[in-house]
Amino acid sequence: MSYRIVTPQCTACGACEIECPSSAIGFTGAAYSIDAALCTECAGRFETPQCASVCPVPQTCVPA
Amino acid sequence: MANIISLGGLQVASRDELGQAMGGGCTASSCGTKAGPADMDPAIWAKVKDHPCYSEEAHHYFARMHVSVAPACNIQCNYCNRKYDCANESRPGVVSERLTPEQAARKVLAVAAEVPQLSVLGIAGPGDAAYDWKKTKATFDLVQAQLPDIKLCLSSNGLAVPDHVEEIVAMNIDHVTLTINTLDPEVGAKIYPWVFFRGKRHEGVEGAAILLARQMEALEMLVARGVLVKVNSVLIPGINEAGMVELNRIVKAKGAFLHNIMPLISDPAHGTHFGLTGQRGPTAAELRAVQDQCGDGANLMKHCRQCRADAVGMLGEDRGQEFTLDKLPETIAEDGEEKRAAYRDWVARERADRRAAAEAAQAEAAFVAAPPLLVGVCTKGGGRINQHFGHATEFQIYEVDAAGVRFVTHRRADNYCVGGHGEGDRLSEIIRTLEGVPVVLCARIGEAPRAKMAEVGIEVIDACAMDYIETALLDLYAERHRTPEAGALIA
Ligand code: SF4
Ligand code: SF4
Ligand code: SF4
Repeated sequence: MSYRIVTPQCTACGACEIECPSSAIGFTGAAYSIDAALCTECAGRFETPQCASVCPVPQTCVPA
Repeated sequence: MANIISLGGLQVASRDELGQAMGGGCTASSCGTKAGPADMDPAIWAKVKDHPCYSEEAHHYFARMHVSVAPACNIQCNYCNRKYDCANESRPGVVSERLTPEQAARKVLAVAAEVPQLSVLGIAGPGDAAYDWKKTKATFDLVQAQLPDIKLCLSSNGLAVPDHVEEIVAMNIDHVTLTINTLDPEVGAKIYPWVFFRGKRHEGVEGAAILLARQMEALEMLVARGVLVKVNSVLIPGINEAGMVELNRIVKAKGAFLHNIMPLISDPAHGTHFGLTGQRGPTAAELRAVQDQCGDGANLMKHCRQCRADAVGMLGEDRGQEFTLDKLPETIAEDGEEKRAAYRDWVARERADRRAAAEAAQAEAAFVAAPPLLVGVCTKGGGRINQHFGHATEFQIYEVDAAGVRFVTHRRADNYCVGGHGEGDRLSEIIRTLEGVPVVLCARIGEAPRAKMAEVGIEVIDACAMDYIETALLDLYAERHRTPEAGALIA
């Protein structure tokens, strides 16, 4: 159960990192990515996955 | 001596509407001849007089620098495509370099050591400086520790600002720019498709209502704490112009010290929603009409060039490319504070001198009863005619008559969109740019271009090289109208 970032579409703005309640998102190497081990899909914390809600590019934070 | 003259009422103004009337409403007679704009509280003027964004005169003496450290944003605007950088909200063009706070601080230090004119550091994106707060704050903290004399300012859509007002005050950020485009959530829904707030994406009218309420809250909180607030509005024809006068009234009543109405910059190539749907920007005349309706023009900003988020320099100049990361020295030896202090002292003396000279010249011209004259000026800053005609990339357009000298606008002659190369092309571009301006003052010009310009009826004069702009313009005007015969001879 986790989300992932579609890297080629990502603008590297970092908004998802700011909002993620699980500290699952980071800038590793050359791009933002989600650590599947830490991602909870925001279950129990928020109605919607925060990364997908704040991301400016449609379909860029998606279920893995 | 009337300080405020509505350009709309003058015949010459209509000619100039052809030009790119950016910002608008006019900081009346060049801010140099008076203590400050007539409708601005002197205490506020004292705070902003060295800030190039707020004072047309300061634009001639002080440089601003913007660093691009805050890429994250909490809303979507239809005039912005975050894949590239925002073309509105003071940042056209693509920001080439995104910096970490440490890199940004190093860049500011390098510029400060080289450019004693530097007085202001701003963060305006490329996302939202208040939302991407950690990066904004880290940058300001690093810079302030090393360069306490540099003023800090930030720009935001306002949504996150109420959360950081205490820190903004504690960090001595004394200028905040809020971009507010409407008071009406229905209109807002056409500008902002969504707003992310407190863990949820809110769309349409609901989202816009949250944003607009937070913008007003931000404005009120900042004003209550003594932070200067400028409001920027992007004029979008057919969408928000009807509410602009009311918006102007409300933000002024709530204590914004400046309201800057800027034209939408829209082009399909930018890939923004407005660009792709063919939403056009306002014409210069439409922009001017709205600015004129907003009345008290002195508080509007004609001189604003909507700088890029990483701009460095004075007037229209952008030295950003000289200070890209790869060009920064490893260690920056000195911070140039002494040089900046010496420069500020010199500017204070120079400004007093310029003012006195302009007043003397004004006395000469005060008796002339003739239509106003538009004059283009080539200047590198310092309020003097000190640029070679061939080096000018923009012309400062002034209007002079018995009432004084007024800055009208700047017109660029190096428009990126113009493909032309070579001397001939450049000259025809300049001639096009100077349409309706019969006289140009510069430090020097070659005989060939002077003759070419004369052919199309533009007289280029280099006899007053190094003079103050106001003095030269008033002398020229008085000279031309000294006696009816002399006037007839020259005109
Ligand atoms: S779904 Fe939630 S927990 Fe998972 S990465 Fe996105 S914001 Fe973090
Ligand atoms: S919010 Fe979207 S665009 Fe921004 S860094 Fe995260 S995935 Fe990339
Ligand atoms: S051009 Fe506009 S944004 Fe840039 S320094 Fe001048 S007033 Fe400020």
